[in-house]
Amino acid sequence: MNEAQHQMEVSVSVDRTAAVVRVRGEVDLRSSPELREKLLNLLERPLKRVIIDLARVGYIDSSGVGTLVELKRRLDRTDGRVVLVALQPRVRSVFEITRLDHFFAIVDTIDEAHKA
Amino acid sequence: MRSRQSLELHFTSDPSELPRVRDALTDWAQVFQWTKERVADIVLAVDEALTNVIRHGYEGRPGQPIVLRCVPVQDAQRGRGAEIEIRDWGRQVPLQQICGRDLDDLRPGGLGVHLIRNLMDCAEYSHAEGGGMRLRMRIFHDAPRRGSERGGAT
Repeated sequence: MNEAQHQMEVSVSVDRTAAVVRVRGEVDLRSSPELREKLLNLLERPLKRVIIDLARVGYIDSSGVGTLVELKRRLDRTDGRVVLVALQPRVRSVFEITRLDHFFAIVDTIDEAHKA
Repeated sequence: MRSRQSLELHFTSDPSELPRVRDALTDWAQVFQWTKERVADIVLAVDEALTNVIRHGYEGRPGQPIVLRCVPVQDAQRGRGAEIEIRDWGRQVPLQQICGRDLDDLRPGGLGVHLIRNLMDCAEYSHAEGGGMRLRMRIFHDAPRRGSERGGAT
């Protein structure tokens, strides 16, 4: 695997009450601080929903899921919602082993995420 | 240093080292015909263990030594497998503190040990002579993968 495949890229689009965060690449101890910063910056807005598209994330470790847990805990305080979209099997497996799949709304498409 | 059978990597406590280690481990495991799923289990467990070394053993200090050794093993009961050892020279964490957190509690952190114990068939931490920690893990080709119900590893 070349270096580019290990890199993480994050893009964010925001409307009045919802944000869609598209993540690509690998989320590990090296990249999760950048993801954390981008996600927590969103909380400066009065968002009701943060949709995180993980369709192009092939690898995530506990530092990555911990970042998502932190976002969820903060949004819970304002009755906001975090919805995870299109988890690849290995990524879903991490959520299942840690039982975080019970805490997060997980759907297959962005459209579903807007309604979840 | 690398022989045909074993893998030995010397690297430092920098998060930027992790992708290279994952690649080397994947290449090594594939030689021994592990399934894709089990290779991913091994890689994630080792990555979690190294993350803990960097975060807790070395408390985030970069440039500190870590050694990873992987050898194929043959067990009379469990058959073919691999033994993986991670050695550091960081803080000696009290062994009773090395445990996964309650998964009914939603909070970040404390998930790495839980993942390691679920993904591997055996994981044993010890205080190494000369300082630091040693983690020995074993995984076997034919052991049933327990997924979210996996438990009971030592």
